[in-house]
Amino acid sequence: MTAVGQPVRSRPDVPVQQAPSARRRPLREYGLFALMVAPNLIVIAVFAYWPIVYNAYLSLTDWNMIAVRPTFVGLANYTRTLTDPAFHQTLWVTVAFTGLTVAGSLVIGLALAVLLDQPLAGRGLVRTLSFAPHVLSGAAVATLWLFIFDPGYGLVRAVLDPLGITAPDLVNSSDGALFGLVIVYLWKNVGFAALIYLTGMQSLPRELDEAAVLDGAGSWTRFRRVTLPQLRPITFFLLITTVIGTFQAFDVIAVMTGGGPGDATTTLSWAIYSEGFEAFDAGRAATLSIIMFVLLLIVTAVQARIMERRMHV
Amino acid sequence: MAAITPQRAAPARPQRTPRPVRAVQYVLLLGVAALFVGPLYWLLTTALKAPDEIYQFPPAWWPSALTWENFGLAWEAAPFDRFFLNSTIATVAGTALKVANAVLTAYAFAYLRFPFKNTLFLLILGAMMVPGHVTLLPNYLTMATLGWINTYAGLIIPGIGSAFATFLMRQHFRTLPREVTDAASVDGAGHLRTLWQVVLPMSRPMLVTVVVITAVEEWNNFVWPLIVTNTEEMRTLPVGLLILKDQEGLSNWGTIMAGTLIVLVPMLVIFFVAQRWIVGGITAGAVKG
Repeated sequence: MTAVGQPVRSRPDVPVQQAPSARRRPLREYGLFALMVAPNLIVIAVFAYWPIVYNAYLSLTDWNMIAVRPTFVGLANYTRTLTDPAFHQTLWVTVAFTGLTVAGSLVIGLALAVLLDQPLAGRGLVRTLSFAPHVLSGAAVATLWLFIFDPGYGLVRAVLDPLGITAPDLVNSSDGALFGLVIVYLWKNVGFAALIYLTGMQSLPRELDEAAVLDGAGSWTRFRRVTLPQLRPITFFLLITTVIGTFQAFDVIAVMTGGGPGDATTTLSWAIYSEGFEAFDAGRAATLSIIMFVLLLIVTAVQARIMERRMHV
Repeated sequence: MAAITPQRAAPARPQRTPRPVRAVQYVLLLGVAALFVGPLYWLLTTALKAPDEIYQFPPAWWPSALTWENFGLAWEAAPFDRFFLNSTIATVAGTALKVANAVLTAYAFAYLRFPFKNTLFLLILGAMMVPGHVTLLPNYLTMATLGWINTYAGLIIPGIGSAFATFLMRQHFRTLPREVTDAASVDGAGHLRTLWQVVLPMSRPMLVTVVVITAVEEWNNFVWPLIVTNTEEMRTLPVGLLILKDQEGLSNWGTIMAGTLIVLVPMLVIFFVAQRWIVGGITAGAVKG
């Protein structure tokens, strides 16, 4: 890297001002670097790295956040959590919720992208409309959907009643609540997946597709055999980011179900919150946090691994 | 409206789409539009309906008269002006500090020398691997130790560390022609002056992108304000909405929808004004090119 302050080739007419402080320059540069980076680095150290260490410590303790200090209990929180049927339910709900949401986002997002790739009038507007919910407050979107799902006066009932269909309870029934959450997350995030797919599709080279046309391939075959394989890196990117995002989903759950009814929508992210800030069991909340951290670290590591392999090919 | 359309160059369409297929495509397009506009239309009309009209079934698809009554009721039930103020302060200050952090750090890494520079940069990027939800409890305890519960500092400071924005800015700085900054230095400009008068003006589009996506995130932030504040006068809009919803016990939908509209409208406006930059920021990390 060319350092600032070294002689510049292109302007021989300008006398290079370097002589007097040339040897003190690096030190001043180091100082400036430290000053510019320190605030960011300190905040990151205190609020991103330290919490992991602190969580690891708290997960080995029993503490109600009122007693003066935590009591050390070793791995008791882990053995208790991992054998707890309630935790297994939480894990199952998390996997079901994440699986449904991620699969739905990718499949519907891809379908939407294909539709929006057609030369249709007004597609730009529809693309914009479908992407808008992505930037809206999750808490507000969830509140709106609570009303839409309202069994008495909601939009879902208003649409289904004339068709002679009884509106399902997507908030208060233990079978329906998880689907209600998935619907809201899909509404909020499908436009994002569609946009990413669309941008990807439009940057693909046309030659392969044109060659397939000459070979007489129909549009479905071309999509399946030509377009889809080329979109694999984008599918993978969406898969990983959506899994990471959905795993930590909180606002919609907090507003719509609060983890209920019963424990029907208690995901890992809700469990961390309720153990920590409703039950004030710091040890258990920390244990669940470490479990979530490890799970997401595995997801990220897999991603890094596959990205790396692709780059070497 | 400037649509989000990266147009493909000269689409060579070998065969014409048959008419029936085209018709189906338009029906689908209309359906998709309805799916995304419908809920927002429902929100707007409910908030503007007279309270008793909300509870008729089948519903009035168009309110017989528009009224602002629900907004008054929402304001009576919860101090929305205070929530609005808190959200604005948190968003403006949070965004300013986070972007300042990103710009300074990115400049330092792009233009200055320092021992262990690469290690430090990895340390900053590594923060992206720490899931935000996992840091809640320890950060709450840190706030309690500092006495920052229910303060703007507590609301804002933990969020101003910047890894992704720093990464974006540094990548961008590296694409700027080296000759320009070198010339500034030869002309006697110090680094801060070079940053302010040369580098930043050349980086305006990227800067706007980073500011907009950061502001959207800050405004919508929910779980952290929920945890770090517990008095009504320190709540932000999304959290205030939750409180309103719990208070009204899902019986006063007009009031609750009015509150929801107050939370949503600023971001809707920002989205339609700044979607180019929002999309730019989001696709920057996702799709090459």
